[in-house]
Order: sequence, then structure tokens, then C-alpha cells
Amino acid sequence: MSPNPPERLERRSIISGIGQSDVGRRLGRGELDLTLDACLKAIGDAGLTRDDIDGLATFPGAGIGTSGFAGPSTPEVQDALRLRLNWHDGGLEGPGQLRAVFAACLAVAAGLARHVLVYRTVTESTAQGEGGRQGIGGAGGGRGVPRFSGVMQWTLPYGAVSAANWLAMIAQRRMNEFGLTREQLAWIALNGRRNAARNPKAVYRDPMSLDDYLAVRMISTPLCLYDCDAPCDGSTAVVVSHADYARDTPSTACHVNAIGTALRGRPSWDQFDDMTTFSARDAAASMWERTELRPSDVDVAELYDGFSILTMVWLEELGLCGKGESGPFVEGGSRIALDGAVPLNTSGGQLSAGRLHGFGMLHEACVQLRGEGGERQVRNTPEVAAVAAGGGPIAGCMLLTRGLS
Amino acid sequence: MTAPGAARGPAVRVLPRLDGTNRFFWTSGEDGRLRFLRCTACRHYVHPPVPRCPYCLDGSMVPEPVSGTGVVHSFTVNHQQWIPGSDPYVIGLVTIAEQEDVRLTTNLVDCAPDDVHIGMAVEVTFEQAEDVWLPLFKPAEQLP
Ligand SMILES: [Zn+2]
Repeated sequence: MSPNPPERLERRSIISGIGQSDVGRRLGRGELDLTLDACLKAIGDAGLTRDDIDGLATFPGAGIGTSGFAGPSTPEVQDALRLRLNWHDGGLEGPGQLRAVFAACLAVAAGLARHVLVYRTVTESTAQGEGGRQGIGGAGGGRGVPRFSGVMQWTLPYGAVSAANWLAMIAQRRMNEFGLTREQLAWIALNGRRNAARNPKAVYRDPMSLDDYLAVRMISTPLCLYDCDAPCDGSTAVVVSHADYARDTPSTACHVNAIGTALRGRPSWDQFDDMTTFSARDAAASMWERTELRPSDVDVAELYDGFSILTMVWLEELGLCGKGESGPFVEGGSRIALDGAVPLNTSGGQLSAGRLHGFGMLHEACVQLRGEGGERQVRNTPEVAAVAAGGGPIAGCMLLTRGLS
Repeated sequence: MTAPGAARGPAVRVLPRLDGTNRFFWTSGEDGRLRFLRCTACRHYVHPPVPRCPYCLDGSMVPEPVSGTGVVHSFTVNHQQWIPGSDPYVIGLVTIAEQEDVRLTTNLVDCAPDDVHIGMAVEVTFEQAEDVWLPLFKPAEQLP
């Protein structure tokens, strides 16, 4: 340990406000409409007005991916709110969905902005209903199918078209190396559904049993339908402010203690060195390198479950259980329950509460640190929350604390 | 030959757009050989193709044939109708025998899905589609 460790600049930032629109299946509302709902709630929650907002960021920015995936661009939101910005950022490349939040933390730390509004909006459920998210080759196939360049050329010819396929191979590898079973993996979905029953905004709230899980159809072995998150409509926003605003926030400020951004293996779904971890390994390691807190300090964990297997990877790589031991750790569901050692995905996660694409995890971490979880509040209001988003070669994580630590 | 219980791949093969960088790879199977770029200086194989060797940043990159054998690093049987009309097919991740950090996403064929396993020895077999020869992998012939 050097006598004067470098200052961790992200600690100059807090989450001063949170907001979320309605969340649901096929809400039929426009993406900007939902976004403004979430943004205005977050600004008000932070005790601010739009005149105070001088920074704006989103992930991934407009025009990315399939219909309903990207949400509105920062120029659209800026103009809709007539914001006067000192700093703005939107983009896809970076350490996962939270990259926009990390960028905002560093912007306020650097003095480029004081209050940054950060949002993530999806309308994938409505887009699906309109036929906007179709399988490849649906329009005739054969010679009419467009050809592909870039990284997709290496997977599309083989029908490896979805993250579900790539992550299924992670799960298969983990079954081989660590003896993971479907009966264990199921507990990510079962725990999510159990918590979703206590979250009025969750998309799926009906009880789910292990038998239900084992009986549902396969997507890509060993991942079944309930291992894949539920497309939804919804927008989540947070205000990232300079830490010296913490004393003035109407709600408890959530302090950013450390961010994890590393990607030390090859940035590739099929060439990464360790198939069982992918870059969650690097993001988690780099986060722990930036803090005196230890995994045993984590009181609540909101770990990305776009696919159930990713939560298992995050549990291990964040050190919340032993390497290769996430299967036995989650089995039975008691350790990850609201009253367990590591309360996990307390709002239901993306599997049951809806695919808010990482920002739902961040929102819920703040809800728990603020003690506003209602029926699903973890007892003895948590002081340290771990948030992780992404998986494969795209991953980021952060530690939030109630008060300074 | 299609093994019982699985197709050789999706109902529609979405093909790569051939260009000066990838043409050697996607047409390599025309003579039945699998090729990768190999560095003339440090002799590493490199995939996907890049103009400069990422190991030594020095040598020239030249396509060179490999044995076509490898090992299944992981796999999945796809059931979802991403590509309508597809029967279940096996997606595999194969590490080539020559170098453990070179992998191909592919389809595993001529083998029942239940018999596919991690560590299985496989060898390349090509499927021609228009001007592309897709490298697929099947169980390796047993040595006598
Ligand atoms: Zn070289």
C-alpha cells in the first residue's frame, strides 16, 4: 500500500435523485414520453429543477440495435426539456450499460458539470407487438437475405444470432467446470419472481415453482425461457451530482464509492480467455482495487440478470460467494432472499420486473439504500450496495453507500 | 448426413459479405483445407483477421492451412425460432488444435446433440453456400 493512495475521483459524486416511469408490457407510449416522466421525477426527487441540470447522458444513444432498444437521443431529451448543458454524452462502447453513469460521475468530479441527468429507456415490448423485433431471415430468406460484415459475420451463419446462444455456452461451460445444475440456476429466476411479488411495478408477479421452471420450453440449452429477461417498456433516470450537494438533497444521498470498468481479456464473445467469467472478472477486480470496502461489507446486491447465468458469474466475480460456488450458494434461495446473507435482485430483477437494461438494478440499489423498498425493503437499511450490469465482454459495476464510507 | 435429432444449422444461412480481408477464410474450404492468418515472424495464428500481428506487432500476416482438427470448448442446442423454420441445431465453440486461443463459433454436425460434450475431438467439414464455404465440425475420425 502506498502511503498516499491516489484519490478515487468517482467518490466526488453522488446519486442525488432517482425516477422511473410506468413499467410494463406494451404500454403503447412513446419513448420520449416515458423518458420525460422518469427524468422529471428524478430531477424533482433530487430537489432540483431543470434549470439546475447542466449535464445529460444516456446509454446507448439513438439508432442502436433493434426497434425499441435504444430510447431517445440526448439531443431529443435536451431539446424536450430545453436544457442548457455544460457536458453531454451518449454512446454504446464502454463498460456496459452503466458507462453513462460512470461518465457522469467523472464529469461532476472533473467540474465539467454539477448535476448530470442520466437515463435509459426501452420500449421493446411495444416494438415486439408491432413486429419490430423479428427473427433474421423471416422475409423470404435464401438469396434475399442481406450479408454481414464485421464481428457478426463470425456467428450469424451458424444461427448464433442472440446473446442467449452465446450465454448458453457460458452456462454449459460452467456446468462442465463447476458442476452447476439447472436446479441451482433456477434460483436466480425463482428468487426474482419471489421478490417481484412485492414490487407493484414488476412485469411478472405470479408465483413460479421449480417445477414451472424445469417444465418451460428451452431457448438454447441449458437456458430456458425463464433464464431470459422479459422485454418491457419503461424509462429509468438518475441525477448524478457533485458530492458536496449531499447535505442538501431531500432524500438520502447515495454515494459512489467505486466503479469497476476494466476489460483485460479480448473484447469478444467467442475469443475471451475465460468463458466462465468474461469481463465481469475484470470489472469486479478493478472495482475492488479502488476501495477499502470488502465483499463482506455488501448488504444488498443488484446483479444484472439479462440472463440468469450472468447473475451467477457476478456473484462469484464480485466475491459474494466462492469461485465456482454460485450454484450451491443460490440453491434453495435462502442466502439470496431479502433476509439472507446477500439479498439479491430485490425488485425482481430483469427476469421478472422487466428488462430495464441495468438501470433498473441501479434504481433499486438506491431505493434499498434509502430505505424506500416498502414490502421488499431489506431489514436494517443497507449501507453498502453492489450494482452490476452487462456480461460477456461488456460489463461494469459499482459500489454505492448510504453516507460516506 | 444429418444426425438424428438435429439439423446441420439454421433454416437460413446468413452469409458473410466477402471482402479483401475475409475472402481467404470464407473460401478456404474450396480445396477442403481450413486456413487462418499466421504471422511470418512469431508464427502465431490470428483470428479474426487483422492487418498486423497483435502478438509481436511485427511480421506479415499470411493465410496458412491448419490440420482442421480441434476440441469442443463449449456448445448449445438452439431451440428458439430466431430464424423461422429452423429445427434444433447445435452451435459449438471449437478451439483449433494448433493454438488454444483461436476459437471458431460453428455448427457441430453428424453427431446427436445428446452425444456432444465439452472436450470432444472434432474435425472440420465444409458446407458450401453460394460463394462461401462454411467450416462446420463433426466428431473426429477415430485413429486406428
Ligand atoms: Zn507476430
